[in-house]
Amino acid sequence: MSSQPTWIVGAAMTPFGRHKDRDLIDLGAGAALDSLADADMTIDDVGVLAVGNAYESNGMVAQRIQKQIGQTGIETYNVFNACATGATAVRTAHLAIQAGEADVALVIGVEKMGKMGMLGAAGKARSDRKVFTASGRFGAVMGTEGILGTGLMPGVFAQAGMDYAREHDVTFRQFAKVAEKNHFHSSLNPLAQYRNVYDLDAIMNAEMIAYPNSVLMCCPTGDGAAALVLVSDEKRRSLSAAIRDRSVKISASVLTTDPYTPGGHAQPDINTLTRRAADKAYELAGVGPTELDLVELHDCFATAELVHYDNLRLCEPGGAGDFIDSGAPRRDGRLPVNVSGGLISKGHPIGATGVAGLYEVATHLRGEAGDRQIDGARVGLAHVIGLGSACGVHILEKAAA
Amino acid sequence: MTNPAAQIPMVSYLVLSGDGPPHLVAQRCSSCGATFFDRRNACASCGMRQFATVPVQNTGMLRSYTIVHRAAPNVPAPYVSAVVELDGGGVIKANLVGVEPDPKAINLGGRVHLTTFVAGTDDEGTEAVAFGYAQDERDSR
Repeated sequence: MSSQPTWIVGAAMTPFGRHKDRDLIDLGAGAALDSLADADMTIDDVGVLAVGNAYESNGMVAQRIQKQIGQTGIETYNVFNACATGATAVRTAHLAIQAGEADVALVIGVEKMGKMGMLGAAGKARSDRKVFTASGRFGAVMGTEGILGTGLMPGVFAQAGMDYAREHDVTFRQFAKVAEKNHFHSSLNPLAQYRNVYDLDAIMNAEMIAYPNSVLMCCPTGDGAAALVLVSDEKRRSLSAAIRDRSVKISASVLTTDPYTPGGHAQPDINTLTRRAADKAYELAGVGPTELDLVELHDCFATAELVHYDNLRLCEPGGAGDFIDSGAPRRDGRLPVNVSGGLISKGHPIGATGVAGLYEVATHLRGEAGDRQIDGARVGLAHVIGLGSACGVHILEKAAA
Repeated sequence: MTNPAAQIPMVSYLVLSGDGPPHLVAQRCSSCGATFFDRRNACASCGMRQFATVPVQNTGMLRSYTIVHRAAPNVPAPYVSAVVELDGGGVIKANLVGVEPDPKAINLGGRVHLTTFVAGTDDEGTEAVAFGYAQDERDSR
């Protein structure tokens, strides 16, 4: 295994939102071509392709995109890992480069969801069969959703937050502050699905979906794509000074799954795999959480962001409530979190999300984030979690001058 | 006169008949003691393949909850989904029943106990009995 880093030399994303006039392939091809142009490359330079997509993941999305951007016959992967799909595609390409199998890799994350409503393992709708017959691993005679708890995402992540609240006395108001921050951040991001600012009362009094997550504390479904061009260290040295100066180092690329923890079968444990991924990433990168200039983390729900402050070691152990109260994760705070607006307001087109997290961090490190730029950003972290579960953490660093 | 309706458990890990009150049974790993409620091929904790079916306790602690307002189709809302840590081992997801769907009425971290209710009836009149957890009196607010 090479000890040389992989570098990002091209990055692009479409706005997230509702793209009525662009299909899945338009979105993916658009981001791909923009990222290649950003790297001053063409599809002929690319040795390996990894495409993350969730809802058409049995539909050869990568090859369909190739037919619009160049069918060069290269090794190509269609990647799915729930909401960690995009980060898994990045890591797939990174592994190919680290293995010496390719010098240049193209990564695309793309999704077209429209208005899908609530996601999750609700199982069959609650309807009685004619004659009860036990089926499945639990021997259930009827659908269990709503009778034996909930498996829908707003509730599952609410329960993750309330578990933390029980241990550390976090309040509904503190959870709501996460959403207030991210909506505010999105107002500065032209790529965000929503750019509306809401005060805390509006968020707390909005329609309740699964307490403590009101509708303004839940991410929307939507459409969008992001793409990155990755190169080996050796390849980077052959590129122009203009490209090298804007390149971003992948200092750590980590993917974990949920290890056994008691109770993980009843309530998915989103903490342990995130803590393991973060700790390994900090070790690989040789940087600690206090050295981060910005973090993009997986705020699918406000409750999730709050517990990940602790999981990613951004706050004192047990201190996530104090962390949000202190203003630390605001864009003018000590450690800005989700300056893009996060999943809550930038949007969460599932396959695109993980790639877009790296796009956001890389754009700040390049000093090209416009109105939302975190000045002087040199190191950033991008985190996603896919329930089931998979967790991706990447640490990126600005190229040395 | 009508016969009382036949009742069956809604899930196979709920035991309604036999000695004592209704209770849950778990698959407990004979090697490491990890406790599961569904059919298992091998232990998620240690990989060993021997399990014993054991009763678990009907009492526990309310580890987490959510009040679901926007529910899946055909599910009445609001209702309270709960995660319960059982005394003696095992963690289970179920509804918290007999409580107002209001955070002020719910004692997070408080004591709960198992209860059963009829969840549905099929075309032959057989009733499916489900389980939930109720807050202990002294702990309810």
